[in-house]
Amino acid sequence: MIVALVAALVVIAVAVALVQRRRRRRRVRFIPVAPPVAAAEILVAEPVAMPDVAAVEAATLAGRLGNARGVFARLRGAEADAAVRDVVEEVLLRSDVGVTTTTRLLDELSTAGSGGSLVSALRDRLLASFVSADRSLSTSVDDGRVPVWLFVGVNGVGKTTTIGKLASREVAAGQRVVMAAGDTFRAAAADQLEMWSQRTGADIVRGAEGSDPSSVIHDAIERAAAKGSSLVLADTAGRLHTNNNLLDELSKVRRVADRGPGQVTETILVVDATTGQNALSQARQFMAAASVTGVALTKLDGTARGGIVVAIESELGIPVKLIGVGESAADLLPFDPVEFVDALLAP
Amino acid sequence: MFDALSDRLDAVTKSLRSKGRLTERDIDDALGEVRTALLEADVELTVVRAFIDAVRGRLTGASVSQALSPGQQVVKAVHEQLVEMLGGETLKVTYATHPPTVILLAGLQGAGKTTTAGKLAQWFKQQGRQPLLVAADLQRPAAVEQLRVLGERAGVEVYSEPLTPLEVARKGVQIATLKGRDVVIIDTAGRLSIDEALMDEVRQISDATSPHYTFLVIDAMTGQDAVHTARAFHDRLSLSGLIVTKLDYDARGGAVLSAQGVVGRPVVFASTGEKLDDFDLFHPERMASRILGMGDVLTLIEEAERKMDADVVGSTAERLMSGQFTLDDFLAQMVQVRKMGSLGSIMKMLPGVGKDLRAAADSVNDKDLNRVEAIIHSMTPAERRDPAIINGSRRLRIAQGSGTTVPAVNNLLRQFTDMQKMMKQMASGSMPNLPGGLGKLAGRMPPGALAGMPGGAGPRPGGSGGGGKKKKKGGRVTPPKNG
Repeated sequence: MIVALVAALVVIAVAVALVQRRRRRRRVRFIPVAPPVAAAEILVAEPVAMPDVAAVEAATLAGRLGNARGVFARLRGAEADAAVRDVVEEVLLRSDVGVTTTTRLLDELSTAGSGGSLVSALRDRLLASFVSADRSLSTSVDDGRVPVWLFVGVNGVGKTTTIGKLASREVAAGQRVVMAAGDTFRAAAADQLEMWSQRTGADIVRGAEGSDPSSVIHDAIERAAAKGSSLVLADTAGRLHTNNNLLDELSKVRRVADRGPGQVTETILVVDATTGQNALSQARQFMAAASVTGVALTKLDGTARGGIVVAIESELGIPVKLIGVGESAADLLPFDPVEFVDALLAP
Repeated sequence: MFDALSDRLDAVTKSLRSKGRLTERDIDDALGEVRTALLEADVELTVVRAFIDAVRGRLTGASVSQALSPGQQVVKAVHEQLVEMLGGETLKVTYATHPPTVILLAGLQGAGKTTTAGKLAQWFKQQGRQPLLVAADLQRPAAVEQLRVLGERAGVEVYSEPLTPLEVARKGVQIATLKGRDVVIIDTAGRLSIDEALMDEVRQISDATSPHYTFLVIDAMTGQDAVHTARAFHDRLSLSGLIVTKLDYDARGGAVLSAQGVVGRPVVFASTGEKLDDFDLFHPERMASRILGMGDVLTLIEEAERKMDADVVGSTAERLMSGQFTLDDFLAQMVQVRKMGSLGSIMKMLPGVGKDLRAAADSVNDKDLNRVEAIIHSMTPAERRDPAIINGSRRLRIAQGSGTTVPAVNNLLRQFTDMQKMMKQMASGSMPNLPGGLGKLAGRMPPGALAGMPGGAGPRPGGSGGGGKKKKKGGRVTPPKNG
């Protein structure tokens, strides 16, 4: 099959060459074809958020979702007729819930009968989409092993920042935390974790730029085991979920982290709330490559509503565990379905 | 991207195959599928509604061609409407009469502004311009460094100083004027979400440098929020257009592509990969064809011209024409083909390639291709010239040398022999029956349709989308709405 495909493409290449040659003969002047640029990995831009541990005001989702818009106010008490269905559909689609999940919710609404008002029926259906009972981050390990939380996701979603915030939270809760700067691709990532380390007192292990992420994470776990630390937070480089080679690398990182003294108890997929339906394919691919155990939804303080997590949890069964609603350490919150759904439906 | 749309439309046209004419109900069914596909691709809701209404209008209106089958009518109507939704025409870059032409890039953090600045610089260089990159993103410490690396790779000078972003931008334009550069690309800082400080900074830079083009850089993976972002920037900066990044084939990009319908500004450039080369003008007409699985041969050829080594391809072509095609040639060609990206991405640009073949191409990864290369590398020159001499013990040696198995070597040899036969047929003038309609393609390539194609280093085709052939098939090209 492969050879057949390559053969087909070779034929095309040759055909292109023939066309080119024919044209060139006609042309008076020879125009050189631009030399191919060597395959090069472009450095990936990711924000360096300044850790702000000082801001400890208790953030709430509802308070932070200042921009949340909704048109449900005028629907309270209404029954599910066609016009109302349109409004519901619009709100859900505009929140990136996605067409499949929206259609399912609407179907459920129409078969649910006329009990109660539409908004409360929809609220119930949305809440029922969040099927997981357990949203805690697990640290339960076999005797003598160290729990590892691994953070994965595409570029620029806020993995490193999420780790910094979590480190701050866990240190405050009395854990002895080691951060592993497993994003060896982007120099600024390790620096960013270093800053969080200085602010929070969490330990950090970093490797040389471009070194093997598995070995950096392995070193961090060894260090944690030797020092009797109670938790390892492992960063990884952002990677597109379509890049098989990088997904293979991630599988290896996870395997290595799960060996010896380390035991991966959480693999958190970090998802940017502005992402559309693509987040679902991200979740599928990362699930297959690294057995994701939870989702952290970041950047929920902007205008985006992150409705895609409804689909991620109801279709793939991956629980949403954390949300990020700002840049300071206190802006990382445990996910609460009731709060989230109410914010989604808020007027 | 938009795979779902072409798959769903396929299903629609199949179900309409036995019909003589379109009924109201057929149209409803077809439009329902189109609507779902667009929404799955993140296209903005109001744009979807307008799209559906417009397609319905086209299908029920007087202009319906009787020459087309019902299935073709639907595809044609959707295609025309897609071209319109995507912005109608390709941007024709005009340069300032008093250089430099100033280009301002704005956008949110993580959208890929800096990388885009590098790619844009390389693009202008390929157009025969002398661009200067200005790094006015001083928020992010790594940004200036990143732009320097990109600039070096593209062979474009980068200017930055530890001043305020406004001063850097202003001075950058002055330096370009002094040095006689004709294009200045200004990279600005991004924020996590729209805030007034960011907007003020960008607006000040815009006021001070009065850019000829202001582009919003936006990530194709963005959902419905893309509309808010585009609107917010357009209100303050009066955008010329959008540059969509990460528009590889998985990202749906529908929200960004709705920009024309929502803010009245089209996508003008698209970046489809990590390499500096994976960047070009956005051609609505071609994109519409690709979305509908009609392929995009023009882009394929342009890519081939930019990325392949013309000498290698040319010399192989000559040997092919004289009926000698060896494993060496095959290897050389494969290396060239691989420069163009993954097999899957190339397949998607070919017309008439079915879903199954596309899936097969997608499932082939680099490792498989490396293995094929390794097998050929493990052969002696004599064996490569004449695979017939490869007997059992040679097969074993080759398998061991390449770290594969004897069946894998056998497989390659068998398929190569088939291919040689095919090539001989081709050399003698008849078009062989290639998989997935490739024969049709090869047969279609040399004639007049491509005669008007400009060379890789020459000017790009403008709004016509290049070549008259597609136009005949695709119908009218609608000029973009201004608003």
